[in-house]
Amino acid sequence: MKPLSYVQVRTAREAIEAFVAAGESARYIAGGTNLYDLMKLGIEKPAHLIDIADLDGANRIDTDGDRLFFGGAALMADVAEHPVVRDDYPVLAESLSKAASQQLRNMATVGGNLLQRTRCPYFRNGADGTYPCNKREPGSGCAAIGGIDRSQAVLGASAACNAVSPGDWPVALMAMDAAVELQGLDGTRVIPISELYRPPSRTPHLEFTIGREEIVTGISVPKTAAGRNSTYLKVRDRESYAFALVSAAVALEMDGDRVRQAHVALGGVATVPWRGRPAEAVLRGETLDRGRALEAARAAFAEARAGRHNAFKIELGARTLADAIINAGSRNQ
Amino acid sequence: MPDPQDRQPFDLTRRQVLETGTIASLTGAMLPTAGLAQQAGPQPSPENGMTVHLSFRVNGRPTALDIDARASLLDLLRERLGLVGAKKGCDHGQCGACTVHMDNRRVASCLTMAAKADGRDVTTIEGIARANGLHPMQQAFIDHDALQCGYCTPGQIMAAIACVKEGHASTPEQIKEYMSGNICRCGAYVGIVAAIEQAAPQIERS
Repeated sequence: MKPLSYVQVRTAREAIEAFVAAGESARYIAGGTNLYDLMKLGIEKPAHLIDIADLDGANRIDTDGDRLFFGGAALMADVAEHPVVRDDYPVLAESLSKAASQQLRNMATVGGNLLQRTRCPYFRNGADGTYPCNKREPGSGCAAIGGIDRSQAVLGASAACNAVSPGDWPVALMAMDAAVELQGLDGTRVIPISELYRPPSRTPHLEFTIGREEIVTGISVPKTAAGRNSTYLKVRDRESYAFALVSAAVALEMDGDRVRQAHVALGGVATVPWRGRPAEAVLRGETLDRGRALEAARAAFAEARAGRHNAFKIELGARTLADAIINAGSRNQ
Repeated sequence: MPDPQDRQPFDLTRRQVLETGTIASLTGAMLPTAGLAQQAGPQPSPENGMTVHLSFRVNGRPTALDIDARASLLDLLRERLGLVGAKKGCDHGQCGACTVHMDNRRVASCLTMAAKADGRDVTTIEGIARANGLHPMQQAFIDHDALQCGYCTPGQIMAAIACVKEGHASTPEQIKEYMSGNICRCGAYVGIVAAIEQAAPQIERS
């Protein structure tokens, strides 16, 4: 790890000014669970760290208005255990409590988690030059395509990259139509979370649309009765403390026993948090049974493409999503 | 010069052997223990990166020093402060052996930049015993044989105390879920869950 300077700041303005002054090799750090890890692996090499974990008021959780609001530096553990989130938006609480470990959830922030980088083994393990990776070294190639690709994406891959977007929380937020508040040099802007992520296309190193000096200052979720009829189902190689092989976030707006509108997103299978619109279309206006749920789930994977070792994700993903649809429906009172 | 064979090998503690890296010497002539004593203890080394000043409390004791800005809390505790209870297992937040408490929350000290501890309270395994003896969780781990090699144990115990204080130890299933960040390669999990169930009623929720 290269020597570096480290400074703690108290306001977003101060942080942005320090960032701009520090130049190209500056990075913000909050919980550090991802960035510091990548620094140890030689993948991230900042010379200046600006610590934004303790910005004034940035850990605020506010459930009083017509939207849930989570400050960018709110801890994953605190949002997961907030009574309103836990009781009225189980998809959000479950996506957080099934991520990482309690130690890491006590450190990691809900803003930083949106920008977590892939767990692709070739991305993480090849910084010494062993493996090419278009994310680490643009234009160097991709060792995962045609390689040991069991963990890789079946949706959204390009000829340059098939690395999976690793998060759980962003998948739940995608289903719930969340918005992300970003503060930069020119003030604050708000974007739908779907616009935060770039498909890999030919430039997989460009993963987010956030500006270099911008800070995730907050996340908001529209309040909806669908929140209660929601679930986050995550299938892993072990029962706990692992990244998703496949995961499904589902929230259902119901009209009696019919689905008015389903909200579906997938994790573990795609290069970005993946909205399952085809599944939503199948479910619209329908009553729920296992056959219908599986039909919808298969629709979400209609465009999936497997590599050498990850074809299982397509069937596992469909069955997981079908289970999640049934689970969410069973929460309808 | 005394004959090294006259010395009792068990004068050496396991820690002295580990700290001085002289395990091999046990198989041959013993080193004089006086030499070992001089080498034992923390070995402060000059920091070679940019430094930041850190002022915090470790196990209730105010501590101030200049640290390399890159340092992890784990390395600071072990290499500068001589608190070697927290262990370096994976150094990537994946095993839990480095678990300590910061402001009463459990964290992975290997992924915590030491600079972040400024102004905070850090508690390590060395700081939990009570005036009248072991912490109830320590005693429970002994009572239930909740370890074999012991390498993960300080992290397990620190995570377990937090698990109870958070209110996440009400059923065996919940204990397993909220202790999943601590890996035990000896597989002492059954004993660990039993130990936490025993100690839980003796520990106040925070």
